[in-house]
Amino acid sequence: MSIFSPRMLAASALAVMAAAPLHAKTFVYCSEGSPEGFDPAPYTAGTTFDASGHAVYNRLVQFKPGTTEIEPALAESWEVSEDGLEYTFKLRQGVKFHANDKFTPSRDFNADDVIFTFERQANADHPWNQYLAGITYEYYSSMEMDKLIKSIEKIDDNTVKFTLNQPEAPFLANVAMPFVSILSKEYADTLEAAGTREDLNNAPIGTGPFRFVAYQKDAVIRYQKNADYWGEAPKIDDLVFAITPDASVRLQKLKAGECHLMPYPAPADLDDIRADPNLKLDEQPGLNVGYLAYNTTVAPFDNPQVRKALNMAMDKQAMIEAVYQGSAEVAKNPIPPTMWSYNDAVEDDAYDPEAAKKMLEDAGVTDLSMEVWAMPVQRPYMPNARRAAEMIQADFDKVGVKVKIVSYEWGEYLKKSMEEGREGAVILGWTGDNGDPDNFLSVLLSCASAAPGGANRAFWCNEEFSDLLARAKATSDPAERTSLYEQAQVIFKDQAPWATLAHSTQYVPMARNVTGFVQSPLGDYTFESVDLTE
Amino acid sequence: MTDSNLTTSDAAIRRQLLREFWFYFSQNRGAVLGLAVFVLLVLTAVFASLLAPHDPTQQYRDALLVPPVWAEGGRAEFLLGTDAVGRDMLSRLIHGSQYSLFIGIVVVAIALTGGVVIGLIAGFYGGWVDSVIMRVMDVILAFPSLLLALVLVAVLGPGLTNAMIAIAIVYQPHFARLARAAVMGEKAREYVAAARVAGASNLRLMFRTILPNCLAPLIVQATLSFSSAVLDSAALGFLGMGAQPPTPEWGTMLAEAREFILRAWWVVTFPGLAILTSVLAINLMGDGLRDALDPKLKRS
Amino acid sequence: MIRFILSKLLYLVPTLLGITLVAFGFIRLLPGDPVLLMAGERGVSPERYAQIAAQLGYDKPVWQQYLGYLGDLLQGDLGNSLVTKRPVLDEFLALFPATVELGLVAILIAAFVGVPVGVIAAIKRGSWFDQISMTGALIGFSMPIFWWGLLLIILFSGILGWTPVSGRISLMYYFPPVTGFMLIDSLLSGQDGAFASAVSHLILPSIVLDTIPLAVIARQTRSAMLEVMGEDYVRTARAKGLPPARVIGVHALRNAMIPVITTIGLQIGVLMAGAILTETIFSWPGIGKWMIDSISRRDYPVVQSGLLLIAGIVMIVNLIVDLTYGLINPRIRHQ
Repeated sequence: MSIFSPRMLAASALAVMAAAPLHAKTFVYCSEGSPEGFDPAPYTAGTTFDASGHAVYNRLVQFKPGTTEIEPALAESWEVSEDGLEYTFKLRQGVKFHANDKFTPSRDFNADDVIFTFERQANADHPWNQYLAGITYEYYSSMEMDKLIKSIEKIDDNTVKFTLNQPEAPFLANVAMPFVSILSKEYADTLEAAGTREDLNNAPIGTGPFRFVAYQKDAVIRYQKNADYWGEAPKIDDLVFAITPDASVRLQKLKAGECHLMPYPAPADLDDIRADPNLKLDEQPGLNVGYLAYNTTVAPFDNPQVRKALNMAMDKQAMIEAVYQGSAEVAKNPIPPTMWSYNDAVEDDAYDPEAAKKMLEDAGVTDLSMEVWAMPVQRPYMPNARRAAEMIQADFDKVGVKVKIVSYEWGEYLKKSMEEGREGAVILGWTGDNGDPDNFLSVLLSCASAAPGGANRAFWCNEEFSDLLARAKATSDPAERTSLYEQAQVIFKDQAPWATLAHSTQYVPMARNVTGFVQSPLGDYTFESVDLTE
Repeated sequence: MTDSNLTTSDAAIRRQLLREFWFYFSQNRGAVLGLAVFVLLVLTAVFASLLAPHDPTQQYRDALLVPPVWAEGGRAEFLLGTDAVGRDMLSRLIHGSQYSLFIGIVVVAIALTGGVVIGLIAGFYGGWVDSVIMRVMDVILAFPSLLLALVLVAVLGPGLTNAMIAIAIVYQPHFARLARAAVMGEKAREYVAAARVAGASNLRLMFRTILPNCLAPLIVQATLSFSSAVLDSAALGFLGMGAQPPTPEWGTMLAEAREFILRAWWVVTFPGLAILTSVLAINLMGDGLRDALDPKLKRS
Repeated sequence: MIRFILSKLLYLVPTLLGITLVAFGFIRLLPGDPVLLMAGERGVSPERYAQIAAQLGYDKPVWQQYLGYLGDLLQGDLGNSLVTKRPVLDEFLALFPATVELGLVAILIAAFVGVPVGVIAAIKRGSWFDQISMTGALIGFSMPIFWWGLLLIILFSGILGWTPVSGRISLMYYFPPVTGFMLIDSLLSGQDGAFASAVSHLILPSIVLDTIPLAVIARQTRSAMLEVMGEDYVRTARAKGLPPARVIGVHALRNAMIPVITTIGLQIGVLMAGAILTETIFSWPGIGKWMIDSISRRDYPVVQSGLLLIAGIVMIVNLIVDLTYGLINPRIRHQ
């Protein structure tokens, strides 16, 4: 007993403070997983970004709620130089960082914080680059920020200038992403002095709508509203993430009133949710695509006619019903319809096994047998790859093509599917990071990404297509970019490196008294505008 | 001439032993009940394709999640209802019995053979061989069985075969320990010494002379392992590491059914009930076996 | 006695070493690797891959990595999680109390219910109590607990609404963890209803987790009692005309407890295995779930050090059981 007493006293004092009556409005979100940490830069999971980047932090610019358009955030305004190489951000003044029991900010947000945020990721020798053992900045490197940014200059306390190595239209969208959430340099200095650097990741300080209070691993995260928020203050007082990995348990908790909103319901439960008078269901097409990528470097799949024929042999509507339980729409383009520059004029290859069979014969393909790869994991863009593969197997069988279904452990799957000369066609998909078409087309289909380490699993390299993408990247005129991407989609459809399968729908079930929740096309869960009515 | 005389008397003794065994076994009503259920289970498994009204993987797209026949909305052709993709529950359960029995038999066979050989070697040779072998067994036993099996399955890749191998590896130290203890006890006995003097080889000594004399505890352990194997493989299936869908293995069926627990009680209830019943039957039998084979308990 | 303890401890060393080898070896045999999993659909360039692998030390030969790992272990460094980048020991300590709390409650219920049931069943051998309790015990022993947990959730949380669905305490209550044990912390917090809430969250998981240990302990107690009651000294004590309560309480029970204590000790391993399933079903934030998640994420340091910690704890508990056994039964000690 005596060993504990000093700690216990301290703790019970804390408990008394914390035991102050809970505010009227506590909003509970049944999240689907634990955050990896609270520093958004080194991590890649959406759950981490919801818990840190979106709740606690802000970025220079942000996505307008419910869209992928850019709007000002910590930067009030910005100017882009004529050549597209210089971005000058005017910073918002009077923005306060949060305080916690170990840190009280002495100054407002300024240019030093912006430079700290970028520098520590860009520069391996920066004292904060390796503040956790084995830390890497995956997004910073995979969005190629290291190759893109030449220099960052502080013009004055409220002005920062970024100089790029080449013009890059998606740059603004990149800096709206959670991995460049603005951290407090003053907080970092305080932690450095106290010798508790890991608290940057454990007890985050940001400028965002909610102040971090506590995290119990794998159980619960607590936040309080930031009363000094520079934007419109949140309407709820307390925000709680109740971590509940199992979809059916989440739904049970939602029904029992133990939480107000949940992500990722099981498709099988949707009807049940719609029928429940205490719940409502928000739905929106997701920013994703599920596809089957042929290896376009291997015969007979190097012949576009063969690929097209196989696409025509596929009954995609049936697949939507069986695999997605109807909660998806048939895909015809590689980018989803909610994305700007989506080319609706493109026509999908109609389901026609007879014509497909004839086309295969014309191409001299008989007795074809092939592999179809089924991913071992569930993703929003592909809830059951095994079942999808079984349906493709049955469909192809009707046109005389024998299919063998193969699968590997997820890490192996990703690696082997990118190996040169790979057999067969691979089921995979993509969820957008920042709402820019380049984030789909360049990452998944450009010549550059067909090399090792890329993600072009069709190994499809079409000079004309890649050239259109490069031109679209070099201009910042949205109208011109739109037209270039529209042309690219026409080439894609004509060459058919993939069978585009589906764009799945995002569902958000919530209690009936929840108002003001805006679904993000990027699949983020943000709560600054939610409210609870009586 | 003398030889054949010996054989007849041997056979007579064996018959006598069996009769005695059956006498004690049949005293235990539970054990007889367990045996009856088990025989039924075996028959179900053997004649699964004749008994099952439907193909266990056939999907009836017009009959998704149909409740059992006695419940409202039930249909006569699906006695126990259908699952989320319209497969007949009864047919899947019937075919599932094959997997459970198969898993039990294979796991026990591997664990028993491996464990006995290892245990016999350790006990017979003693010394450093014994020390090394028993330390390795200690290492295996130090891990919670299901956790070690999980890691093993992750290494080997999820699937029924690998799940069985993993469970067998985790179980075999129990057999090894039993066999070793028995050998150490028997080694010093007169009949072993006599056999050795008569020039029996080590192998012959181990397997022909000693082993038959320590069978009883091994048989009891084997029944125990049989039921645990059924449970553990179902648990692995439930965690997604055992048999893979659409295999109608009971644990895998439960894993698939989990998302429907609030909507369709039958897809959750029946596979579990099937597991419980078969494990219970085997354990009842195991109790009877132990009572009949263990002379100490026979007395009281 | 001290020599006895020391010799037992000495035995642990090669086993522990073996455990590190198994834990380290197995995880390296797993197909797939953490860098690829982190990169996901996007992929990772060969240069970047080499860079990350070098940073994590995975470019060295495996035996060098193993020796390095052993060196770190000796210095008390269990490594950092690849996913959260936090020290494995910190994560373990954050989650372990939840598992211990659940396990302790389960084993206490199992012992305090199982032993009396077993004793009564033995004394009243053949009575209806004996038959019913032993049938119940056999059913419990044969129970697939993951299914049992689902049934209880359907009934008590779903249909009746008596117990909460998941978690350790209602989100209404908030206090910083002191001991990590929710039952104790909720009392310390002094908040009305916090303790009751913590208890209500524990009911279903602990019932599920203690099903098998309870059955095993009840059965073991009964058969140990039966065996002891047949022994000569108990018969003698009875013949001498000692009151039955004294015969059972002092002579029989004390001797029957020896195998029962061993059984209770052995249930720790069973509890750990059960915790994996129970925590999965009830979203209980403990180490069972943590291990499963880490295996699927190929989080090498967590899996290898987690296995080591869990096995080490099981072994230490077994050692304590051994020692207790030696205390109760001096014959063992002198062998």
